[in-house]
Amino acid sequence: MTEAHETTPIQKRWMGAALKVGTPLISAALAIGVGSIIVWASGYDPGAAFAALFQGALGTPKAIGDTMLKSTPLILTGLAVAYGFRAGLFNIGAEGQLFMGGLATVALGLALGDVSWFLAVPLMIVAAMAAGASWAFIPATLKARIGAHEVITTMMFTYIGRYLVGWLVNGPMKEPGGIPQTYALPANAQLPRIASLFSEGAKGAVPLLNLGRAHLGIVVALLAALAVWLILKYTTLGYENRAVGYNRWASETAGISVQWTTVKALCISGALAGLAGAVEVMGVHHRLFDQFSSGFGFTGIAVALLAKKHPLGVIPAAFLFGALAAGAGTMQFQADVPQKIISIIQALVIFFVAAEEIVLWFVRRRQKEAMSHAG
Amino acid sequence: MPVLELRDVTKVFPGVLANDRVSFSLERGEILALLGENGAGKSTIMNVVYGLLSAEGGEILVDGQPVRIRSPRQAIDLGIGMVHQHFMLVEPLTVTENIVLGREPGKYGVIDFKTARMRVEEISDRYGLKVDPDARIVDLPVGMQQRVEILKALYQGARVLILDEPTAVLTPQEVRELFRVVRSLVDEGLSVVFITHKLEEVMAVADRILVMRAGRVVGETKPADTDDIGLARMMVGRDVVLRVEKGESVPGEPVLEVSDLRVMGDRGLEAVSGVSFSVHGGEVVAVAGVSGNGQTELVEAVIGLRRPAGGTIVLKDADITQANARRSIEAGVSHIPEDRHRRGLVLQFNLAENMVLGDHRVAPYTNAGIMKPKVITAMAKKRIADYDIRTPSETVSAENLSGGNQQKVVVAREIGRNPDLLVAAQPTRGLDVGAIEFVHRQILEERANGKAVLLVSLELEEVLSLADRILVMFEGRIGREFGPGEADAETLGYYMTGGGGEKLSEDAPYATTAEVRASSGTGLQDGARGEAE
Repeated sequence: MTEAHETTPIQKRWMGAALKVGTPLISAALAIGVGSIIVWASGYDPGAAFAALFQGALGTPKAIGDTMLKSTPLILTGLAVAYGFRAGLFNIGAEGQLFMGGLATVALGLALGDVSWFLAVPLMIVAAMAAGASWAFIPATLKARIGAHEVITTMMFTYIGRYLVGWLVNGPMKEPGGIPQTYALPANAQLPRIASLFSEGAKGAVPLLNLGRAHLGIVVALLAALAVWLILKYTTLGYENRAVGYNRWASETAGISVQWTTVKALCISGALAGLAGAVEVMGVHHRLFDQFSSGFGFTGIAVALLAKKHPLGVIPAAFLFGALAAGAGTMQFQADVPQKIISIIQALVIFFVAAEEIVLWFVRRRQKEAMSHAG
Repeated sequence: MPVLELRDVTKVFPGVLANDRVSFSLERGEILALLGENGAGKSTIMNVVYGLLSAEGGEILVDGQPVRIRSPRQAIDLGIGMVHQHFMLVEPLTVTENIVLGREPGKYGVIDFKTARMRVEEISDRYGLKVDPDARIVDLPVGMQQRVEILKALYQGARVLILDEPTAVLTPQEVRELFRVVRSLVDEGLSVVFITHKLEEVMAVADRILVMRAGRVVGETKPADTDDIGLARMMVGRDVVLRVEKGESVPGEPVLEVSDLRVMGDRGLEAVSGVSFSVHGGEVVAVAGVSGNGQTELVEAVIGLRRPAGGTIVLKDADITQANARRSIEAGVSHIPEDRHRRGLVLQFNLAENMVLGDHRVAPYTNAGIMKPKVITAMAKKRIADYDIRTPSETVSAENLSGGNQQKVVVAREIGRNPDLLVAAQPTRGLDVGAIEFVHRQILEERANGKAVLLVSLELEEVLSLADRILVMFEGRIGREFGPGEADAETLGYYMTGGGGEKLSEDAPYATTAEVRASSGTGLQDGARGEAE
């Protein structure tokens, strides 16, 4: 082909970039569109439903705070799954690693006693990440050594982790009383709410600071996203991770140990999921009980897919899912639309992301049509 | 009246004009060669004819009647058959079952195997395409599998047979046999379109030659009216050196010494059985052989991807027998893999990322685990310039480059590392003449710089033009070594298929058991993944 006929690689790159950002947006829009039809078909007013949803997710500073609150663990589990994806691994067990992270956080937080917040919180974060990583380590080793598929093993470890926590909060770690939960973390082991960091005066002057229940975990999550992005982009660790994810044969030929990279990738993924457990416990519940995660590990898969496995893309993707979750209550309350419709929309987003080929097919057809008109 | 005629057929892929108003006709009983570089649009146009792709413009006439071909099924109904580069056979099934697949004789869903077998034998006799109708595909050598594909097309009633790069997977003897078959087909009144980028083939087999470049037909000629230089010029659009000149060999110290090497293959059988040789600095040593005779395992052992079961590999004074790929690279071994898409490149990586692959963990590209994008970019820019890689920038993904430029990226990286030993496994596979010339020059450049080069190739022409010494490998052993000027293609081909006595006569029958066994194995097929057009 001569240059005149070919799309130049630069053009291809831009088209690629546009598709990368465009398809998730289209997927999300399609999901909301189809969701509206379902709302309408169920006999509700989609306009009112989405107005209420929006109001509940972003309408007031407090609502924004709620969205941030719900997004925080999703950013971290999204990162966890995305990092695994970038090594060609599907860590479906982020939920279990998140539970172990939560467990380590509470165990350490209760044991530490009266130490400085600046010592306690970093220590608990490290412990949670170590716990998440160790929970991924056995599946990782099994994968690297004998090729046991991580989808099976990490999932199984999720059950082990959840039931372990369930037993602990009902038994050895149970707070006296009727509720199966641990003691609450002392204040020096909590992540404070963002709103509590500002004086009433400041909040009066800048109403947007009234972020309700949003806590410092969002900062941890954003920093983690930045860190993962930097690792993938600028370190040999991330480079090898991506190389193995794209092409293990070429990696192996270039002297990269595929097995070792696999172990590292799943453990880092587990550490991020563990971190999600830590911030959820330290920022929201301040204690452990067996329902402390509403499936964040699993929603993280959808977040990572919607983000196209990009660590920075995880932020808006998690924000979308967080907003849907935050707005659901208001939607039911104001528009009388059942909250469950949100689950349907979330499922639709996943469906349309997974069915990206459908979206791409539309895009390509448009391009083709445009071209035949031009020609 | 031509059996097939194309008028102004235009095929557009998003952003690419793959075929630009292609017109030609095919007469009854004619062999038409479609010659062009990779990406010239040869396969694309024939895929349009076969109904695999739909054209955006133009018309196709069969027997003078305009037709619209929307699927291979329709093409077959119109008497057009196509044999693809990658065979589409069901491996566990027999020859007969494969041939009748989709058009099984019989009633009520019960296949009449007797009739099926009879018809297969009938066709096979008629066109002189001998094949065992009860053999299973997996047990057949590649040449035979191709024959089954041809028989299948004939069974389906093909009058026009399209062969897409049919010789890519064959030994010289098999190629000659294929040419004979093609001749007998046209003698029976069929018409054949022969897609290829190899000059000597069109000169040998074609009645008429159509040269394509950049999606257009740029010329038409007959073998009698041209020569390979003229064809190459038409194909590439400039003068091309077909056989790179090389100076006298000045072998220096031994760089690689392999002794009594034994390597197990994937199936747990010994693939390399006691091979010994050495490669000196300033010398190109070629391993010739039919694919699947242990070359891949030999290469993998040398570059540290496969632990030998016995013997030693010494690079300069270091024993690298048990070295892994990383240590092997660090010891000074570079490797141009036989499959650049699988082992050579990370296609989704950009060129800079690809060029640092393998060196990504060492200075100056990395310091304490942090990569240095500026240094890497500068290195990539320099290599893009030095090796004339056609790309707008180093940030383009490797997948967006043409096959020739992709290979240049691999060559630039492996040679740019300044190794002591360069292991080049089929370095020009799937490349067009211009890129082949480039790669050959680079290899000879390494030789001139006193480096040791171990070349593994299925292309005899390549082996003969580059090598100072040639080792012929057959069934895991080195059957014969040839010094400079001692061998020709015919002799090599003979030893490659297990011969050891007198020279093969020109018209030797094809399907002797020895040859069939010799060239068997699916390795050949794997080894022949050409460039997709």
